[in-house]
Amino acid sequence: MQMLSLKASGGQDQTPKAQVESSSSIPMVVLKVFFPSCCSSAESGLLVGHWIPEQNSAVILAVVHFPFIPVQVKQYLSEVRQVTQVNVSVLGTWSNCKKKEESLSEFLEDLGTIFSHEPWIQLCKETDSKFWSCSIIQKHPSTPKEDEIILVYYDQRKVMLSHLHPPGNLTNSTDHKAEDASKLAILFDTVAKSKVLFMKDRYDDGPIKLTHWQSEGVEASIIVELMKQASIPVCMLLTFLLSFVSSVCKSRVLKFWPLCFIWSKLSTCEQLGHRLEHLQVISSNRKAQNQPQLMRKANIFVSLLADVALGILLMSWLYRKNRIGHLADTLIPVADHVAKELQDLLQWLMGVPAGLKMNRALDQVLGRFFLYHIHLWISYIHLMSPFIEMILWYVGLSACLGLTVALSILSDIIALLTFHIYCFYVYGARLYCLKIYGLSSLWRLFRGKKWNVLRQRVDSCSYDLDQLFIGTLLFTILLFLLPTTALYYLVFTLLRLLVVVVQGLIHLLVDLIDSLPLYSILLRLCRSYRLAAGVKFRVLEQKTGKPLRLLMQINPLSYGSVVQTYRLPTYSCYPKDSWGSLCKKLFLGELIYPWKHKGEKQD
Amino acid sequence: MEEREDCIALQCRQYSASCREFSVRCQPVQLRSLSAATCSVWLAAYWLFVLTQNSMVLSAAIFITLIGLIVYLHFVKIDQESLLVIASLGIQMTSSYASGKENTTFIEMSRVKDVVINEAIYMQKVIYYLCILLRDPLDPQSVSEVVPLFQSSKPRLDCLVEVYRSCQEILEQRKTVSQTL
Repeated sequence: MQMLSLKASGGQDQTPKAQVESSSSIPMVVLKVFFPSCCSSAESGLLVGHWIPEQNSAVILAVVHFPFIPVQVKQYLSEVRQVTQVNVSVLGTWSNCKKKEESLSEFLEDLGTIFSHEPWIQLCKETDSKFWSCSIIQKHPSTPKEDEIILVYYDQRKVMLSHLHPPGNLTNSTDHKAEDASKLAILFDTVAKSKVLFMKDRYDDGPIKLTHWQSEGVEASIIVELMKQASIPVCMLLTFLLSFVSSVCKSRVLKFWPLCFIWSKLSTCEQLGHRLEHLQVISSNRKAQNQPQLMRKANIFVSLLADVALGILLMSWLYRKNRIGHLADTLIPVADHVAKELQDLLQWLMGVPAGLKMNRALDQVLGRFFLYHIHLWISYIHLMSPFIEMILWYVGLSACLGLTVALSILSDIIALLTFHIYCFYVYGARLYCLKIYGLSSLWRLFRGKKWNVLRQRVDSCSYDLDQLFIGTLLFTILLFLLPTTALYYLVFTLLRLLVVVVQGLIHLLVDLIDSLPLYSILLRLCRSYRLAAGVKFRVLEQKTGKPLRLLMQINPLSYGSVVQTYRLPTYSCYPKDSWGSLCKKLFLGELIYPWKHKGEKQD
Repeated sequence: MEEREDCIALQCRQYSASCREFSVRCQPVQLRSLSAATCSVWLAAYWLFVLTQNSMVLSAAIFITLIGLIVYLHFVKIDQESLLVIASLGIQMTSSYASGKENTTFIEMSRVKDVVINEAIYMQKVIYYLCILLRDPLDPQSVSEVVPLFQSSKPRLDCLVEVYRSCQEILEQRKTVSQTL
């Protein structure tokens, strides 16, 4: 190992002289041996694994101990090959002894003639030294060349359980690029598929005695096994219940026009439908085919559990100390207070708002119209007041279905309580919209032009005198009434936007709880080797003449990538309108629906 | 003896004929600047306390200083950056932070097209940086991504040239290997 260091100062420019000595002969071929660290202390035997000729690398999976009968070893390996589809074969010999014995080394070389494999790897370890020696025997070398050997240690159990996430641009590669495919993916695949090989180990009574990661103790958990057995009847019961519930939901009774309109507007129903879908995914009897499906199921399950737990917590907090009663008692005064504030606002608008001069007659008409609405609304609220507490009590019980359901109910309650603001917004917007269209059309008439519907463009047109006269009159009237309508529109739009923002925040929270992959995050926290972004190598102590030793460890995925890869899909789309088009709609008086759900027809 | 303040050190190690490691060590955390930052935050907090007579300000200042220090050491201050090149496996970049955390990225050799020194014009000066060119899997001749190296320690051209020469020697080996196979 040659070492050299040079200092570069930030202030002056120095060109330090440095030489790097390179070795005299550049090796032509590099052979990589991936050796499991659990076999480092195994007794002497045969190396069993998979040889990848394209990468010139050998992946050692297990060590077969003496005594063995070669025929039985070959038979066992061919059985394993059939089951796992991995080309497992005897790759070489492994000797772990106190000092080099001549007889043993001859015996090991003879084994090379029985199990012919090209190339034949001989790994030798002396008990008190940490540097191993490795030699390769090639029977028919095509060209005379020197081999450099790199020994890479890997943790077999972790590599077997881990799932590799290739970087983004490689996930789109198609099958014909298989030879270019990640070499690491092949390594991980090989170890993962060889599970059958790891079933038997050297403590079993059988002709073959193997050492691999299970030799340190076969791992199993009673709880996991019990849960696996119990999950089958539970799944069947759940499927039956869910089919019953979904058949009720799909029944014709609930599809009549007023009801189905209400269901589509309430966010609680959407959320409940979403959760029902999730339950159906979990309770299906088919096993997950591949890793993303398994992670998805697990994420849905953990997310549901967390949701229900938080919901029950909320419920226990609400029902203690009669908080529901307090809530119901404060609801009516709050609604009254909101109505009173609105009435004050309208009185202000009917007077001289912010020093602007309004058209008296129109002002009074609009103001009285809206005041009457508020009066009606307050009467309805007061009519309902005796039943509020009971309704709230029963509605609060539904929080046990999950925190998301409780939040959706809250959002719906806010929508219902501010329904009058929504009505005012719609009236104001429609009036304003009519006015704007009227004005633009009459402005065109004023200039002698007309909108050609067929050609979708503005054309010149000759009008009669009386048409022009009436048009100009109407234009003037609309123009001078514009400030009043615009002010009412502005005030109610702002109020509506405030309510939309509050509802939007609640929806954001619901979406966050819905889509967060809790199981993946917990897995990344506790068993970070299961989600691998790649590998990292560390160079271990070297000795000249011995092969290069590297330790391969798993590089876990970052939390951001975990959330991005395993996010659960949600049902709502965020506002697709850009700010520009939103402003344009507001200016023209078109109604805005910022939160659209997937599957709804576009307005 | 050179001043230790403005120094960065480059260390090249050759483990075997096809494996080399280059590490650049940045200047360590300066006690002077840490104390200056802490003192200024505490003085500001004390001044606020005198104004408002609220002792929460002082505890908030202590909290902020501690959290800020931990965040700085764990996420911002990079102590050492190293590059490990293994001809048949790939190139690995490691940054180690002052708190001991290490951030590693490994790029396989099949994705690496070349290692070059790029010139860039930044405001009024020309800077040089070493970068890895990655191959596009669909079109082997084009470059899909450029990965810059030694972003935080920013060694100068003389260091970069040494690292470049060593890297090129190793990369040539894989060309000769692929030609013989």
